[in-house]
Amino acid sequence: MMGADETPKYKVIGRAVPRHDARDKVFGQTKYADDFVMPGTLTAKVLRSRYAAAKIVSIDTSKAEAMPGVRAVLTAADVPHNETTSKFGQTHSAGGGFEGLYRVLADKKVRYMGEGVALVAAETLAQAEEAARAIDVVYEPQPGVFDPVEALKPGAYRVGEEDTNVVCTYKVKKGDADAGFAQADVVVEGEYRVPFGDHVYLEPESGTAWIAEDGVLTIRASTQVIEHFRDIADIMGLPHNRVRVIAPMLGGGFGGKEDITVEAYLALLAHATKQPVRLTYTREESILAHSKRHPYVMRYKTGATKDGKLVAMEAEIVSDAGGYPFLSPWVLLYSVVMAAGPYIVPNVKVDAVSALTNNTFTSAYRGFGAPQVCFAYESQMDALAEKLGLTPLEFRMRNYLHTGDELGTGYALESAVLTDQTAERAWEALGEPTQPRSPDEVIGRGIASGMQSYGRLVYLHDSSRAYVGFELDGTVVVRSGVQDIGGGQASSIAQISAEILGVPMDDITVYFGDTALTPLAGTTTATRMLYMSGNATLKAARTVREAIVAKASEMLEVDSEQIDLADRMVRVEGEEEKSIPIVDVVKACASQGIPISNLAQFNAPSRDLEKSDYVIGQIHPDYTFGTHAAEVAVDTKTGKVTVLKLVAAFDVGQTINKLSAQGQLEGGTVCGVGYALLEDVKMDQGRTVTCALDTYLVPTAADMPDVEPIMLESHGGMGPFGAKGIGEPASTSGAPAVTNAVADAIGIRLTELPLTPERILTALKEQNASSRQSVGERVGETA
Amino acid sequence: MDMQEIEIQVNGRPMRTTVAVDETLVDVLRNKLGIVEVKNGCGQGDCGACTVLLDGEAVNSCLTLAVQADGRQVTTTRGLGTAEDPHPLQTAFIEHGAVQCGFCSSGMILAAASLLQQNATPTRDEIREGISGNLCRCTGYTKIVDAIEEAAQAEVLEERSA
Repeated sequence: MMGADETPKYKVIGRAVPRHDARDKVFGQTKYADDFVMPGTLTAKVLRSRYAAAKIVSIDTSKAEAMPGVRAVLTAADVPHNETTSKFGQTHSAGGGFEGLYRVLADKKVRYMGEGVALVAAETLAQAEEAARAIDVVYEPQPGVFDPVEALKPGAYRVGEEDTNVVCTYKVKKGDADAGFAQADVVVEGEYRVPFGDHVYLEPESGTAWIAEDGVLTIRASTQVIEHFRDIADIMGLPHNRVRVIAPMLGGGFGGKEDITVEAYLALLAHATKQPVRLTYTREESILAHSKRHPYVMRYKTGATKDGKLVAMEAEIVSDAGGYPFLSPWVLLYSVVMAAGPYIVPNVKVDAVSALTNNTFTSAYRGFGAPQVCFAYESQMDALAEKLGLTPLEFRMRNYLHTGDELGTGYALESAVLTDQTAERAWEALGEPTQPRSPDEVIGRGIASGMQSYGRLVYLHDSSRAYVGFELDGTVVVRSGVQDIGGGQASSIAQISAEILGVPMDDITVYFGDTALTPLAGTTTATRMLYMSGNATLKAARTVREAIVAKASEMLEVDSEQIDLADRMVRVEGEEEKSIPIVDVVKACASQGIPISNLAQFNAPSRDLEKSDYVIGQIHPDYTFGTHAAEVAVDTKTGKVTVLKLVAAFDVGQTINKLSAQGQLEGGTVCGVGYALLEDVKMDQGRTVTCALDTYLVPTAADMPDVEPIMLESHGGMGPFGAKGIGEPASTSGAPAVTNAVADAIGIRLTELPLTPERILTALKEQNASSRQSVGERVGETA
Repeated sequence: MDMQEIEIQVNGRPMRTTVAVDETLVDVLRNKLGIVEVKNGCGQGDCGACTVLLDGEAVNSCLTLAVQADGRQVTTTRGLGTAEDPHPLQTAFIEHGAVQCGFCSSGMILAAASLLQQNATPTRDEIREGISGNLCRCTGYTKIVDAIEEAAQAEVLEERSA
């Protein structure tokens, strides 16, 4: 394995480079969505449904309209095209049910509590809030349905206007599962449940819209997808080139800003008032009314032979889509493709369905369907290992996928797969076991491996563009429509340009996230930004470099092979005295009409959706593999879990920025721990009861140990310089590493997340009540 | 609603405005005084993004009424240091990669500054406890703790050499 420090062929790639945006952020200079005010800006408020399921009988806005300071009150009747299909920045329609109904404001029915019903713009927030309260909506409450399994039964309440609650179904079939189980010496079965999750980006949904001088509807908003500009134009009935979306630096996204949030509301109000309008959700609104991670019910059956080889896996998955489809089909598709995890399973059968309910809608969330199934398959792996008398590591080592092995869909992995190395490194890094601090405390260790795609579904024909060019003083400009959600997306393309063009990072300015001024780069989702825009930037920068090198070779009368660009200089190998500043070559090119800039496009591998009853073949461009390891202490008197050690070992392909890559691994791991132990959006008959951060708990610094990031570099990814994507993979296997450690500690496997003290105590009490071994003996056995 | 005129020293500059007695400090700073480096993440004192120093002590400005700040000193991250003259915490946050989306950074750095005033040489556990009122969703906290630990050492060294 080659560490980043041992790759001398790169000047800045692989190094720990402080991010160019960090400076502005710590000095309080960065202007996030809500930090931007224009003269005469109005404030908006959304009136949201008080019911999860109801018919709207009538809406009377007359009282609200007459209130002081109120400039506009809008309902569905005021939306030019209230119903469109939901898109997520893709430039190719995949068909096959990937695009569902997008409704701006509820009119016929409300489908979830908090759904937008009317909009107000007023001079002050207080006036807007008061006017929203004065809108008289007459509802006819409906029974609703709040459980996806119930929603699928004949005669269930219909959430939408169609006569079925089914959003989509997927099947995967490889080999013959029944025949596989017939060969198995051990079989384990489990039913796993995972909850709704909230992203809790620190910055709530926010934006400002105005009509610019030239009449272009302009929206500056916290979004992961500036290419919703097309959807906003379709809603407004405007040509696509009359809507501009700008994404400033985001205060986090994690998938929650992949769907349209405030943009459509702002567009309508700015258009109606002809004044700038600002809308920022409260935290309560953000938790109540915006997308959640999908709760799943997963029934798994997994079989292995006595020599520790997996032979068959069957999974049934039910996903809760909430009130509207949004990304539910995509998320479920990811789940079925990755349902067997990073393992060779000769016989696979997966049946999955997503159902509408009257719960808050569910959509993208870091991991996009992979964390749910990872919790299930990694719990199964540990349960099987125990039955086989193998350690969790040894059992996994016998079954990991390698390059050339086939997934359940029949796609054979093409790129590097180092899962076995990540597992060994992660386990080893746990070091010496921690001793219990009290007689009530038991210690446990767990590992979990995961696989996660990077890049979007191949059906989407994904592409990205970037412009790279020299200015006449030798500085560099990069223009790319990336949305920077905090992962260093803009900084990483600066670093790639610095590497290729031989200039320091400080000489590079990145203009990003503006549909009018930066080439469209696609979405900051699907762990695709480094992969896609990194490649587009690399392509553009290399073209510029070629022009500079060719001109320099002519000017210096040396072979172009001898030339390198470094430290703002054209260096000639073996003839250092001939070195000249790059800027001299830039000026010469400019004088002679030789382009010193380039706009490049990178296209991901793509293909069309086939007509088949099964999900088959290649679904994603590539996958990232890694392993988490955890050590926990469980207090058997209180049920409290303390995480003592966390390790994240991943094949990142090639590190671009060491600090950013470590940051992704560390942050992703902690999100996984939150999923395992704390996070749970509780809904009661569609009413969210955890609408604040004192009831929806996320990890604090005091809850977490240090995370040890271990980065392996296979150089075998599809990103720039062989990089793989790590934003989402870093989180996926975090939760099962912790839950496997808890199972190791207490000798009981809990199958529903999160593992709250209450659930752990209940399980311990049940265990004590039964005549089985005591906790102490169990732990004694495993120690 | 009763209105009251107040004067707050924001980063050493006197600022005067008229506020309703129930207006929070974060709203007045952001919406009336243009001090937008103070973030509002939850409005309920749970996330710490709105942390400022009030007479040197870290407070959630969403739980503080603007009138309570009358005649007092408010320090934000801009007052702590600048690009030209950075505070050791700001330098350490940049160098250690403790900043990702940056939305928590302003409050986090001020919470850390307050902690270091009370305890110049905190252990890693004391740092974790000291910033436990400030949520970060991006970093997983490890690099933030690294940064605060290093800034503490840098400050101690600076004092010794002074």
